[in-house]
Amino acid sequence: MNSSVVVFPGSNCDRDVAVALKKMQFKNTMVWHKETKLPKSDLIVIPGGFSYGDYLRSGAIAGKSLIIEEVIKAANDGCLVLGICNGFQILTETGLLKGVLLRNKNLKFINRNVNVKVINNETKFTNKYKKNQILNINIAHNEGNYFTNTAHLKELNNENLIAFKYCDQDGNIKESFNPNGSLENIAGIFNMKKNILGMMPHPERMVDSLISNGDGVSLFSSLLK
Amino acid sequence: MKFSVTVTLKKDVLDPQGKVVKNTLQNLGMSTLTNVRQGKYFEIEVNDDNEKVAEKKVDAMCKKLLVNLIIEDYKVDKI
Repeated sequence: MNSSVVVFPGSNCDRDVAVALKKMQFKNTMVWHKETKLPKSDLIVIPGGFSYGDYLRSGAIAGKSLIIEEVIKAANDGCLVLGICNGFQILTETGLLKGVLLRNKNLKFINRNVNVKVINNETKFTNKYKKNQILNINIAHNEGNYFTNTAHLKELNNENLIAFKYCDQDGNIKESFNPNGSLENIAGIFNMKKNILGMMPHPERMVDSLISNGDGVSLFSSLLK
Repeated sequence: MKFSVTVTLKKDVLDPQGKVVKNTLQNLGMSTLTNVRQGKYFEIEVNDDNEKVAEKKVDAMCKKLLVNLIIEDYKVDKI
């Protein structure tokens, strides 16, 4: 599997993702945002960080960068695209994923491990997880409060496009375990064709039990053919 | 030609920053204050002679980049 990690000024999880991808035997290339061609990729990762210092809105400037046009083309041709944290924000700004990530409800940057539940495990990104599996996974963001219109929320539910939801340690999805005010505790969503996943939690930080746990491993191994 | 663009959150989108500003102003004694909504303001200069053409361009800038239409409204004025 060939992967590409797109790097913007201000990306800071790009190398962590690259380490995770290499560990999972991906052949990875880093792609600077000014490039106008993507290497042949089965998977494109838009990593976390603070692209362009979050100027204007998180992800707004990166969402209009040169390489993004190629990402949009590739995504429309069915290439797998994974946006993590700022990457998720960028994907919503490009329109590849619907909705928007608002400022956290408590106005605080949140960096801690939370529990999320795997809602749909029948996708290319999540097939190595069990349905309703609970993952302990790191979040680190200021704008993770997912919001969308009623029609799209209905579509997310009806078409099984919600990937992960914030929950307690037993898997109960409650408002009190919603760290950022996200609509229906949503932590990650797919597009209609399920070849694009945007998520606020950081699976790349959970691939080594020495420093965290292995709860992110299955996301990357799911993608391997 | 110079234009101002005011971007505000749509009515039904929660504005936690505005809420905190409101609470703080109330703490400062502004007792009749009932609401604060925070937004963004841009001043944009374009090199066009025709006002209609220029305004159209500024409108396009708003739609393409300055405004996220899912959560924000905007207003363009000539200044």
